[in-house]
Amino acid sequence: MAEKKLPDVYPDGSSDPKQVSRRKFLNYAGLSAVTAVALASCKKDFRGGEPNAPFAQDDPHNMPKNTVNLGSGDIGILNYAYALEQLEAAFYIKVASSFYSGATSKEKAYLEDIRDHEIAHREFFKTALGNKAIGPLLFDFSSIDFSSRASVLGTAKAFEDLGVSAYNGAGELLQSPDYLLLAGKIVSVEARHAAAIRDLLSYGSFAGPDVVDSNGLDVYRKPMDVLSIANNYIETKIIANNLPTA
Amino acid sequence: MNLHNVITEIEKIDPEVYERLDGRREALKSLSNVGSKIALTALPFALGSLFSKAYGQSSSSQILDVLNFALTLEYLEAEFYNTGLASSGLIPAGADRNAFQVIADHENEHVQFLKTTIMALGGTPVPKPTFDYTAGNGSGMGPFAGVFTNYSLFLAVSQTFEDTGVRAYKGQAANLISSNEVLRAALRIHSVEARHAAHVREIRSRRTGDPLVVGMPQPWITLNQSNIASSAVQPSYNGEENTLQAGVQITGINGFAITSEDASEAFDEPLTKQQVLMIVDPFIV
Repeated sequence: MAEKKLPDVYPDGSSDPKQVSRRKFLNYAGLSAVTAVALASCKKDFRGGEPNAPFAQDDPHNMPKNTVNLGSGDIGILNYAYALEQLEAAFYIKVASSFYSGATSKEKAYLEDIRDHEIAHREFFKTALGNKAIGPLLFDFSSIDFSSRASVLGTAKAFEDLGVSAYNGAGELLQSPDYLLLAGKIVSVEARHAAAIRDLLSYGSFAGPDVVDSNGLDVYRKPMDVLSIANNYIETKIIANNLPTA
Repeated sequence: MNLHNVITEIEKIDPEVYERLDGRREALKSLSNVGSKIALTALPFALGSLFSKAYGQSSSSQILDVLNFALTLEYLEAEFYNTGLASSGLIPAGADRNAFQVIADHENEHVQFLKTTIMALGGTPVPKPTFDYTAGNGSGMGPFAGVFTNYSLFLAVSQTFEDTGVRAYKGQAANLISSNEVLRAALRIHSVEARHAAHVREIRSRRTGDPLVVGMPQPWITLNQSNIASSAVQPSYNGEENTLQAGVQITGINGFAITSEDASEAFDEPLTKQQVLMIVDPFIV
């Protein structure tokens, strides 16, 4: 932990939090000052690497292969997003590996683009989460007929609308404004996907009344509601009961 | 990490820390989760953001400012579509007219919803400005002169408004983080704007011979390309070419064949309030 950074966060030059008046603390605020306090406290009970650290059981890498635990707090929400992006990416990779018969060049181009976007999202979360990332999920796409346009595009529509609703419902569960912005950067792209797929299925249904309510607001869902739908396609058991609920 | 160590340190500086946290049950609940579950490396960041919620909490006036800013943008869009639909011969009957009716309905609903929300929070909705959709600051002679007689131009301005709206809401999300209800509503409007943007882009992609269509518009934004033959819209697209997210390079990430085009398309970028106001200023008389 970088204790040497402590002086930097007190603009009056003081390196001792006790010398900082409460007023200054509030003025200089929030994140950096409190982080410094957190750092100062860390040294008293640093337990990194201890084999019996109480949270070891929550380490996703310790879980059985067919079960993952999303974890808690912002990490849990990011793992939740990572799980959904894994689902979408796996689906489009399979779609684009052998297109349904009669797929137009435009449909192929859109589905390949969407595949690449979902891979980018998946790999972003994997990289950003580092050793807190859940492992790879196992999927069950047996209910999808990949040779059928209606089945593929119908599933794509369901996944994209589900993704939009998931991010719209997860934003308020995040504590970090930086993570919130990242979720915002992704959700609008999922909404673009949803609109594009809907227009392929039924031109003009990009924002139909089945997803946009009478106040002009899009769907949102809580993680448990999203996962109960997504679980129809996911073999891996996802433990989500430590996710924040408000 | 011992929770009490953290609180005790803070208490030396702020004797009212317990009171502050108690008043924010959600924050306290998160804190106990943080203490027991998150990796040590993630702790400073998690705690920092937790306490920025407790101490740096947006005041209700900041939230009202965001809502009134959003209301101004929704007025701009709603009147644009209302005028377009009322301009005979502008929007072709059938799919195009149906789509713009749907979009207009949503924008008018957003105006009403935001007004209602602002009043429910004890604020006063800003009045609707007078607009000049030629982007001529009231001269009626701006770069989009003829926007309600020339459908190509109408589509170009529509696409720009929708893509800009998406970026504007995205840029304000963090300012709403202290209110779950308002943040949720803003996100739910944000994704509707993205659906609109995707469809207007789709309409433009299907038009052969449209003189204002450059290249092949797609429902998503590639690099900083507007696909519109007008430099006047470029500020709405600058910055969308970003491929670096939270310090992670998306192009070629983890060995996957993700091009810079893919990487830019996969993430939409925010605009600050200042940037948005500069973009919409020519439309306001």
